[in-house]
Amino acid sequence: MSAAPTTGLLTPDARLRRRKLVNHAMQAVGTLAALAAISVLGLVVYAVASRGYSALDRNFFTKVPATFGQSGGGIANSIAGSIVIVLVATAIALPFGVLVAIYLGELAPRRVTLAFSLVLDVLNGLPSIVIGIFIFALLVIGHGQAAWKASVALSIIMLPLVARSTQEVLALVPKELREGSLALGVSRWRAVLGVILPTSFGGILTGATLAVARAAGETAPLLFTCSVTVTTISWDPHQALQSIPLTIFELLESPDPADHARAWAAALVLMAFVLILSILAKTALARSRRKLSR
Amino acid sequence: MQTPDTILPVAPIEVAQRSDARPPMHRDVVFDVRGLTVRYGTTVAVKDVSLEIHRNVVTALIGPSGCGKSTFIRCLNRMNDLIPGARVEGEVLYQGQNLYGPGVDPVAVRRWIGMVFQKPNPFPKSIYDNVAWAPKVLGLKDVDARVERALQQAALWDEVKGRLKRSALALSGGQQQRLCIARALAVEPEAVLLDEPASALDPIATSSIEDLIHELKRDYTIVIVTHNMQQAARVADMTAFFSLDVKEDGSRSGILVEYDETEKIFTQPSDPRTEGYVTGRFG
Repeated sequence: MSAAPTTGLLTPDARLRRRKLVNHAMQAVGTLAALAAISVLGLVVYAVASRGYSALDRNFFTKVPATFGQSGGGIANSIAGSIVIVLVATAIALPFGVLVAIYLGELAPRRVTLAFSLVLDVLNGLPSIVIGIFIFALLVIGHGQAAWKASVALSIIMLPLVARSTQEVLALVPKELREGSLALGVSRWRAVLGVILPTSFGGILTGATLAVARAAGETAPLLFTCSVTVTTISWDPHQALQSIPLTIFELLESPDPADHARAWAAALVLMAFVLILSILAKTALARSRRKLSR
Repeated sequence: MQTPDTILPVAPIEVAQRSDARPPMHRDVVFDVRGLTVRYGTTVAVKDVSLEIHRNVVTALIGPSGCGKSTFIRCLNRMNDLIPGARVEGEVLYQGQNLYGPGVDPVAVRRWIGMVFQKPNPFPKSIYDNVAWAPKVLGLKDVDARVERALQQAALWDEVKGRLKRSALALSGGQQQRLCIARALAVEPEAVLLDEPASALDPIATSSIEDLIHELKRDYTIVIVTHNMQQAARVADMTAFFSLDVKEDGSRSGILVEYDETEKIFTQPSDPRTEGYVTGRFG
């Protein structure tokens, strides 16, 4: 201890300089990757918006497609059809998916939970066209197409998304809240309904939004279940209805360049719908959180 | 300097027994626990515990960490049913009925035997809804009157009466814990189990919870787990000292060492292990 104190070198030597260089390089690569991912989204939005913007006007939202040989017209029939199809699909998949998640998260033995979660993941991985064919064989052959049949197909796509995301959110509910509610002498179901579900409401909403966004853009399940061209506005799920994804598909196949612009505009509408839905869900979530912490 | 043989003087713990609250040795027995053994998988958390808990008396369970006192108290309203792998042997007679007997529904058990936990766990609802929820679910009448009475019993009414619709999460930790006590009282249980109710609170909040326990024993039978010996001495009429029994093969299990009036446990314990613990030589 009496010897002169030896300090470590406090300025970088060659080794440290090289390590710092590697550090900077990795940071740059990571940042670039993140920027690239964002710019892909930006490019898509830009490409769709710039090509579709010209076709967007009030008529586009309020008018049905013009009859052959005439110009103008809109996609009001497709917008109405998409709303009906997605709404019915959500009405099926949301309660169903939440119930599945409650069973897996709150009631089932652990081994069953693991097995069922795996099955849900497999269901989530099923190509959507397979689900479309399945519903075609089950409901459409011999009976004809209808919007609700497309909704059933879409609800099969939404179910694992809703169930798995709800399951994740339920797992985040603190054990203390579960015990606290059960210690009051209420049944398990009332504890789930009164305390656990409201606590995880925001997360369930977010998962449901993602599922709705996914379903709104699905095309393949609609091809066999609800693809008859309909040019009137209808809200009846028993009829076959036009939908935005199929309209985009049909318009792009048309030889008329004006139809191409309309296809881009329809794509823009679809994208805006998903975006607005996400923003609404996030706002609702933030509001419910604020309410709770006040 | 003391020689190792000297018996340490008993720690100067104030035993807050009021003269009007003599430890009632011959009052009604509410819980009669007989040969209770609890296993989690292969580990024995509580081994062969027998004791009687009396009506309108505060009974404290003290002991070092891992001695099974929490496991024991959770057997008194079947909260252990929620832990996978927990197995219970022996009898817990509650007013003569075995809580683990055939046909006994844990949901009904918990309705009459309430519980408050270590960490305040208010529901993410308003103050009013926290207290009103269980009475509503159970279909009890006069929910508003019940809420007010429960909040008054929990000494919280004056602090929250103007903001019943505000979120319970905005309350301080001590207020949250009193809210949890009010929530447990709102269904008018017969017994209240407190599992380290003040261990997450500061001294002032702790003191208000302790005052509350003194008040509550007039109406309820109270069992409290605490690792704070002063707290047991301050609030409890009867005290049970749990400890760890370590076998040669290293297996550990919680056992009941001594159960007596609190004053006796802290001033003239009959078991040297109790004396070692309450004087701070162990645990």
